[in-house]
Amino acid sequence: MQAVATTQPPSTGRRRALRAFLANPAGVLAVLFLLFVAVLSLAAPLIYPEDPLSMVARPLLWPGQNAAYPLGTDSLGRDVAAGIVWGGRVSLLVGIVAMLLGVAIGLAIGATAGYFGGRVDQVLVKIVEIFQTPPSFVLLVVLVAVAQPSLTTVVLAIGGVTWPSTARLVRAEFRSLRSKDFVMAARSLGYGHARIILREILPNALPPLIVSSSVMVATAILMESALSFLGLSDPNVVSWGSMIGAGREMLRTAWYLSAVPGLAIVATVLALNALGDALNDALNPRLSGPR
Amino acid sequence: MTSFQRILATLRRNAVAAVPTILAIVVLNFFLLRLAPGDAADVLAGESGAATEELMRQLRARFGLDLPVLIQLKNYLLGLAQGSLGFSPRYNMPVTDLILQRLPVTVALMASALVVAFVVGVTAGYVMALCAGRWPDRVLSVVALLLYSLPGFWIGLMLIVAFSVKLGWLPSGGSETIASGLTGVDLLLDRLRHLVLPATTLALFYVAIYARLTRASVLEVSELDFVRTARAKGVGGAGLALRHILRNALIPVTTMAGIHVGGVLGGAVVVETVFTWPGMGRLAFEAVQRRDFAVLLGVLFLSSIVVIVVNMLVDLLQAWLDPRIEAS
Repeated sequence: MQAVATTQPPSTGRRRALRAFLANPAGVLAVLFLLFVAVLSLAAPLIYPEDPLSMVARPLLWPGQNAAYPLGTDSLGRDVAAGIVWGGRVSLLVGIVAMLLGVAIGLAIGATAGYFGGRVDQVLVKIVEIFQTPPSFVLLVVLVAVAQPSLTTVVLAIGGVTWPSTARLVRAEFRSLRSKDFVMAARSLGYGHARIILREILPNALPPLIVSSSVMVATAILMESALSFLGLSDPNVVSWGSMIGAGREMLRTAWYLSAVPGLAIVATVLALNALGDALNDALNPRLSGPR
Repeated sequence: MTSFQRILATLRRNAVAAVPTILAIVVLNFFLLRLAPGDAADVLAGESGAATEELMRQLRARFGLDLPVLIQLKNYLLGLAQGSLGFSPRYNMPVTDLILQRLPVTVALMASALVVAFVVGVTAGYVMALCAGRWPDRVLSVVALLLYSLPGFWIGLMLIVAFSVKLGWLPSGGSETIASGLTGVDLLLDRLRHLVLPATTLALFYVAIYARLTRASVLEVSELDFVRTARAKGVGGAGLALRHILRNALIPVTTMAGIHVGGVLGGAVVVETVFTWPGMGRLAFEAVQRRDFAVLLGVLFLSSIVVIVVNMLVDLLQAWLDPRIEAS
């Protein structure tokens, strides 16, 4: 932020954004809920030390039927609540790591294309276009099928299909920022490209990137759940999507087996999207419409 | 430049730009799928129980799987130039025929989902913009955010529970009643009844996107000078709303509609699996499970082509709608 210091001390900008964010009840609620899910996920081995795939009670207990199993049990007598908590670990982990991977690739390609422009830009834009043309979920299915399904390949594949949108965003930001006065100043001081990209332009391009990362975690969680619902993810790991897929067999009689993990996905993804909206309003005050 | 020339120039530019993209996608897909462990011969051998080395060699020779990879790629590209996407050993028929067989039901599903999403989304977005900041806007914004966060396959299952299991109003799967002997209007109605749930499932996500886009776009256009001029000239009510605001506000929304075709195709894989809808998405899923790479490659290629063609059409539509878009 040192570059904008001439017009606006960085702390005021950041403090203003924080104040705007805290004034938005939806954003605060979303953060609190996500913290709750994160704590639950981290504490999973303490709350449910047993393997969530182990059979613990009478099968097909409905939620509320037995106080010891508040969310019921499935057809094999596995505790649904334990599955939700352990599945949340997988969903969050996949969502966050895949987002980081997608952002890293997108940032590297987008920054290079936007900063250098010219021939480099043309080639990179073409590559982005090629990766954006096939439907991303179909490409994702192909990638996971080619590599053997495991959590690692699922994360790599999701990162591999989501980076182009970040690359486009970063490229647009870098293109508009590279001719600004503070970049000229940095150049005239003899700073190298790497330093200008990372220390001068990147901090100014961060706000839209932060907003999109929050939405990307949501997208990654939805993609992982769809993959594991189809049975194309790691078969040895419980995740919300695989629970829905397993519950689908008993949809007519025990629909809660599909409903409960789905609600967990909806709540988490909704919180991430609401967080994205709130961040957008706080970080780009001029762009947000009347509220 | 007349609008016809402009459209022609846009078409030519797009067609030239698409060729290297298509080639790159084909080559990339081909090598990607070569990396996969196990080929069609392995699958066939596995299904028939034990297979001798000799039989495996024969199978591979029959499908050209024993040739060097570059020769296989050359054969694939040569076949492609003649409209052939290869042969599926699993289905024992040419991939092009197989996909073309499945394509109409997928297109029906996609088109109805997109039309529903567009109409409902634009209407909702327009209402939101009119009431910006007041309660209808707030309620619809929350609904849109919720729809935006629903996993398609899950809401599909929940709709099945509600409308087929509990209420018994609509069928839970398939694209028509099998061996019903229906004809004419009855057959059409039967198909429509089967279409309702999958199309709704696929549409929900895009309803949210179009509503949010339309809201933002209408709010932006409403503040522009030409709207103020129209108002000053005494244009008001529906005329102002439709001719001046909505028409201009829809330009960015149509762009996004084109971009989403790929997303809808991806969503169709999941929705078709949930509703046992016999389309291309389900075919892709079956192809993965059966390790039938010729089919998977074909689906990936054809869906990319659909995306490219639709984007071209959207470009043309915009060159026609908006003279400011230069065919440079």
